[in-house]
Amino acid sequence: MRETFTKGMARNIYYGGAVFFFLVLIGLTVDTVKSLPKTDNSENLTEQVAAGKRLWEINNCIGCHTLLGEGAYFAPELGNVYTRFGESTEAIKAFIKYRPVDGIPGRRSMPQFNLTDEQLEALAQFLKYVDGVKTARDWPPNIQG
Amino acid sequence: MKYESQGIAKMYFIAAIALFVGQILFGTIMGLQYVMGDFLFPELPFNVVRMVHTNLLIIWLLFGFMGSAYFLVPEESERELFSPMLAKVMFWIFLFAGVMTILGYLLVPYARLAEITMNDLLPTMGREFLEQPTITKIGIVIVVLAFLFNIGMTILTGRKTVINVVLLTGMVGLAVFFLFSFYNPDNIVLDKYFWWFVVHLWVEGVWELIMASLLAYVLIKVTGVDREVVEKWLYIIIAMALISGLLGTGHHFFWIGTPDYWQWIGSVFSALEPIPFFMMTLFAFNVVNKRRRDHPNKAAVLWALGTAVMAFLGAGVWGFLHTLAPVNFYTHGTQITAAHGHMAFYGAYVMVVLTMISYSMPLMRGQKAANVTAQLLEMWSFWLMTISMVFITLFLTGAGIVQVYLQRYSDDPLPFMVVQEKIALFYWMREVAGVVFLIGLMLYIYSFFAKGKEVEFVEE
Ligand code: HEM
Ligand code: HEM
Ligand SMILES: [Fe+2]
Repeated sequence: MRETFTKGMARNIYYGGAVFFFLVLIGLTVDTVKSLPKTDNSENLTEQVAAGKRLWEINNCIGCHTLLGEGAYFAPELGNVYTRFGESTEAIKAFIKYRPVDGIPGRRSMPQFNLTDEQLEALAQFLKYVDGVKTARDWPPNIQG
Repeated sequence: MKYESQGIAKMYFIAAIALFVGQILFGTIMGLQYVMGDFLFPELPFNVVRMVHTNLLIIWLLFGFMGSAYFLVPEESERELFSPMLAKVMFWIFLFAGVMTILGYLLVPYARLAEITMNDLLPTMGREFLEQPTITKIGIVIVVLAFLFNIGMTILTGRKTVINVVLLTGMVGLAVFFLFSFYNPDNIVLDKYFWWFVVHLWVEGVWELIMASLLAYVLIKVTGVDREVVEKWLYIIIAMALISGLLGTGHHFFWIGTPDYWQWIGSVFSALEPIPFFMMTLFAFNVVNKRRRDHPNKAAVLWALGTAVMAFLGAGVWGFLHTLAPVNFYTHGTQITAAHGHMAFYGAYVMVVLTMISYSMPLMRGQKAANVTAQLLEMWSFWLMTISMVFITLFLTGAGIVQVYLQRYSDDPLPFMVVQEKIALFYWMREVAGVVFLIGLMLYIYSFFAKGKEVEFVEE
């Protein structure tokens, strides 16, 4: 690098830039958190949905599926599964409930998690709640996720 | 090796490499499960294998970073490590925590692991990359704090250089942002938003500080280039990393229920993120061209240059490919993401750790550089692993393009599983490349044991 650009200048850009943009990130974070209620479907965030989220976590569903595009890419997107399954929590519950223990020969299979009916209901309600989140441009692009 | 306590790095590096082997073995299992869905089902379902693969990656990179710091800091600070004992104790604690966690994934169902580790008290499990039981997360925090204390005291009471201070800053950042992993709100949008404060602000923020300082250190050592020059580069690289990367976080806030302005902010700033990686490439080639000596450790120079190039390709080019909101609308969460994730992690963080190992291991074994045969084999393993990673990335990109078209773009979108079957050929080819990667890794390990003619060099 040329001599007119000194180490001191480089250092000041580093400190100044880092502090400035960190503060901007904090500012935007505050604004985002404040405006979330408009889109985050929190009005439907019930106790049951929270229980469903916990079940989603402790069974590591994200280890195969994406949820709003984040997660693993081995199995279908579930952020819109409620819509894809004809807005039926019953269909979602039945699907999870009747997974064969030994899988389907030769195919990618979902494990049998042995959930109770109450747990199935909570999970289905959680997926319905996530489907209700208003994503920009209504992502995913179509019903296939 | 100037200070005895630098030798502590060795145990950290050995553990890192051993866990790296585990990571890749599980990677090849997953690659097979992609095309033979029932492989090892139901004993080892895909999600378990994936956790093992990604968590081993994170754990071994942390071992690699800490080992690198233990080697670098005493020399830069011109004093022995503050407490070699503490570094050794923390090594065993971290290894124990890491191995127990992986065994936990493999031996009991995940839900049972959550129960055993009392996840309900402070639920943090079950989110991608952050699957570790809460108790393991606490263990990581303790180990990292002790580590920070140790290198911090060494630096503060020793010589402060730009390199060791930037490294320390990066490590403090690593610890601070990891704390967001303990925040797990029920609100899914909030959860996702702050999850990225760990993942993105690590790999596209503070880890870049760590990477740049390690690279700068090795480059000074192998080229003898003036410190002033290197320090100026280092500052400007990390300046660009944070200026672009902090607001670049916005490229993850396009479609998760966050405000629309993120599409602009995220696109614009993350489009700048390749700059620091490009500068690292310029920097590395520049100083190697201006070198004042020919270091006998040719392999280390190759790794250093390779890191700069591959990080730019994986993070810079493959990152840019899908970072603009109108593109990401279609590619979000597809095999394109996986392609980028692989080359970026390998090119930046795997390779920078292997660079440090390549430079420091011979010194810790009482040589200036490994023998001629060993270096030759190491360089072969460099090419095998690097080229197979390029192919893994290309095959996944191919799979991703077809996936995006069939599932998201065409007039008559097909279901996910139908599309997956149509792109199986790409996955088969990825698996072949993965096996070559594994062979390269075996060769890499073998190179440490190869006997041969000692390198010739002129004492400075
Ligand atoms: C033998 C070579 C490898 C194979 C066959 C392999 C295979 C895989 C597979 C199948 C996945 C899961 C994708 C999904 O979620 O559907 C994955 C994820 C991942 N692997 Fe590998 N892998 C290999 C090597 C590596 C290496 C060397 C690294 C690190 C440098 C790595 C880092 C990752 C990461 C970060 C993820 C998560 C990706 C994401 O979420 O986008 N893998 N790998
Ligand atoms: C060494 C640095 C980097 C590493 C290790 C890395 C790694 C990753 C990984 C593992 C993911 C997948 C996360 C998940 O599982 O959801 C990801 C996503 C992403 N990365 Fe990077 N990345 C790096 C740098 C960059 C850069 C510089 C850019 C932009 C120029 C970028 C753009 C993106 C984007 C847009 C996504 C989201 C993909 C999606 O929507 O599915 N990355 N990165
Ligand atoms: Fe990112």
